[in-house]
Amino acid sequence: MQVVVLGNGITGVTAAIGLRALRPDWRITIVSGESTYHYSRPALMYVFMGHMRYQETKPYPDRFWSEQGLELVRAWVDRIDPEAKVLECRDGSKIPYDRLLIATGAKSNKFGWPGQDLMGVQGLYNLMDLRLLAANAERARRAVLVGGGLIGVELAEMLKTRGIDVTFLVRESSYWNNILPPEESAMVTELLREEGLDLRLETELDEILDDGSGRCRGVRTKGGEEIPCEIVGLTAGVSPNLSALRGSGIPCGRGVLVDWGLKTQVEDVWAAGDCAEIQTEGEGRNLIQQVWYTGKAQGEVAARALAGEEVRYTPRTWFNSAKFFDLEYQVYGFVPPKKGEENHHFWIDADGKKSLRIVEKEGQVLGIQVMGMRLRHLVCERWLKEERSLEYVLSHLYEADFDPEFFSRSLIGEVTA
Amino acid sequence: MSANDDPEEILAFDEENEAFPAPMPSQRPKPNALGVLARLLVGVGAILLLVWAIWGMQFVPNLLWPIGIFGALSLGGILWSVATYGGKPGGIRNDGTFFNAGTSRGWVAWILGFVFTLFYVLLYWYPNGVAGLVALVDPLSRGLFGLPANRWFLYGFLYTLAVLVMGIRMLYRYRHNKYQIYRTLSVMFFQTILAFLIPHLLQLFDQPEFYFSYFWPLKYDYLFPSTIHGLLKQPGGLAVFMVFWTVALSLVAVPILTYFFGKRWYCSWVCGCGGLAETMGDPFRHLSSKKVSAWRLERFLIYFVLLLIVALTAILWINSAMEGGFLGSFSQAYAHWYGFLIGSLFAGVIGVGFYPILGSRVWCRFGCPQAAILGIFQRLFSRFRITTNGGQCMSCGNCSTYCEMGIDVRAYAQRGENIVRASCVGCGICSAVCPRGVLKLENGKGSGDRFEGSENPLAALRVSLGKGFEKRS
Repeated sequence: MQVVVLGNGITGVTAAIGLRALRPDWRITIVSGESTYHYSRPALMYVFMGHMRYQETKPYPDRFWSEQGLELVRAWVDRIDPEAKVLECRDGSKIPYDRLLIATGAKSNKFGWPGQDLMGVQGLYNLMDLRLLAANAERARRAVLVGGGLIGVELAEMLKTRGIDVTFLVRESSYWNNILPPEESAMVTELLREEGLDLRLETELDEILDDGSGRCRGVRTKGGEEIPCEIVGLTAGVSPNLSALRGSGIPCGRGVLVDWGLKTQVEDVWAAGDCAEIQTEGEGRNLIQQVWYTGKAQGEVAARALAGEEVRYTPRTWFNSAKFFDLEYQVYGFVPPKKGEENHHFWIDADGKKSLRIVEKEGQVLGIQVMGMRLRHLVCERWLKEERSLEYVLSHLYEADFDPEFFSRSLIGEVTA
Repeated sequence: MSANDDPEEILAFDEENEAFPAPMPSQRPKPNALGVLARLLVGVGAILLLVWAIWGMQFVPNLLWPIGIFGALSLGGILWSVATYGGKPGGIRNDGTFFNAGTSRGWVAWILGFVFTLFYVLLYWYPNGVAGLVALVDPLSRGLFGLPANRWFLYGFLYTLAVLVMGIRMLYRYRHNKYQIYRTLSVMFFQTILAFLIPHLLQLFDQPEFYFSYFWPLKYDYLFPSTIHGLLKQPGGLAVFMVFWTVALSLVAVPILTYFFGKRWYCSWVCGCGGLAETMGDPFRHLSSKKVSAWRLERFLIYFVLLLIVALTAILWINSAMEGGFLGSFSQAYAHWYGFLIGSLFAGVIGVGFYPILGSRVWCRFGCPQAAILGIFQRLFSRFRITTNGGQCMSCGNCSTYCEMGIDVRAYAQRGENIVRASCVGCGICSAVCPRGVLKLENGKGSGDRFEGSENPLAALRVSLGKGFEKRS
């Protein structure tokens, strides 16, 4: 049996490693045009900032892959031919498969802004983007970032280390307030200002301006203001990368359409991770999950699907985490940005650097969110699964405490008192 | 198709070798006025130090010279930290670590490594080479202790000053992290009081020079029969207390404290070698080798050195009991060569001299027999472990990169396993640099819940020695 995994991001390699454990004697090949070896995508920023070198971002030593009998092929796949069961590569080679997993990830959103293809305009998702950023940064003094998400903050932090002034255009009235409730959003907004970013709220991009040679010289906002810059960072989210699927006949919507078993509508082809769109069939909107943790979870399920098991992907209790400059953020369960029928309980410490939010409805805790402190993932997840009450969570909060030794527990102390 | 994703360019792209060069000099942060002043002070201090090292014998000693030179170096070092880490709130500040010629094995690192190594070689084997520096610190020694300086006063003084100045840098750099603050204050205290002031004051009062913060087998001669007999012959109760202290700490306190806190209670809170590594060595911690071959060498070498010193101590005692009848001249030669090869060459020249090239914990990781013993207790019986936070790890690798002991922390964290390794000194930097709050140093309720199989530690050890990823047959 020859299994080919297209894409060596977290989803693809999780599936390949998992499949190897289940099927010791199958031939498994991982194909990627981006890099030979799997690297940690979230670590790209640390390479740019000089915290690590590229080789330190590889989660497994190079010898691991041959020891596991996982064949690595570096090639760009231009076309998938599900009839002949073969991948056609840009260099003319062909890779046959018996079973195929598509894990091609995502690409940065471009919403059709005039000038979005000028030189100096880019997103940040892969190694090519990072390399491009290094080149663009060489001649840049100012940058404008468009879109208020997590990648935007990362990009701002990166550019600041090269002495580049950053202007941040955010469509909303406060940073990331379509995800964060107003208080947390205000904390991050305040922090971005402290870090010296020129934060423009309720400001939208109208056009990216050409300097006459095909390179950007600035942007114009919808308010008509021109902001000169040499880099424009597009950080308004990502969407599934379907370029390898063109002409394949594999049905796609926004992403590769799969069922809850991650199977596409074509025989012997599965898809998982950022590129997959799970059809929920009457249960609401189709599901596209595009964070590291869901990519890993889908990869684990895909491994069993490729092995031939009957599987169903069941999203784990939601969690996510991030770091805005020096401010850490964790969320577990359901924490909506705007109050609905549920009750929000919010605590913040005196200097506004730590906060805790617990969302509860009819006595049952639905979600927990912290800024500037660390909670134990498995404890929070267990409480949510056990449908614990607010009183229970508050009186057991020390069990979830994951801050380092000697750190101040004053906020937890205050909350539990 | 835009110019940004030209297929030919992407195909030719070699991510391993050429992709991510250091930024152009013009794009690296320039030192501010304070930073320039700091560099100036350090530069002038270093040049004057060099002048004294070469021609110091011909100068007239004067208290103003050492105060001026070491004052400039200290003030410059402290201001350098303030200029580098000041102006913004505390946080992880590793920007440019792999671009800086001093911290990424560039030309600055090689010069530093050469100077450190040369200093140790002169100090141990060509003391005339440091006579100028001894002359420089002589007024200090007389002022502090009323005794003329010798090369060991010079060494102790420079060592302590390095721990203090670079300790202040550490305190400022990690001012947001209480674990780092307390730990750094602790090593500064133990170095200054127990490893510098007290040994010299003891000499002043005609007592044996004794270091209460070092025990056998790191201070390997403290359990030699000659040392014990020599102490017991001293008049007064203090020397007897020193013998009691040595035996009690080496044989009783080490297992008990390690059971409760892990080896960190010593290696990164008390020990002078650890103290230097955690302060002066901090800029070089990421240079530790993470290769599997380094791990193999570590596991052989550290236990081999332990075996050497245990055997040597045993032979000396047997020889002493038989009044020279057992391997008399051999045991003396053995002790001499152990002192030369392990005590001086390994611990000093390689251990500290090579900081800027091999990282800050070479001796602690590959050679120290004290660390070996502490590590065995930590691995088998301790409550200490580093726990990982469920599924939060995203494999970025900051923890492994900044582990001074070369532990691949990420390999455990990304599988959600606790980290229970003999070599971990519990410095806490992995937890500090983790951007997702995944790692926590903990003393649990017992040693039984640390990792799978820990109810049967010997079996677990066997598994861990052969572990890795099993080869596909």
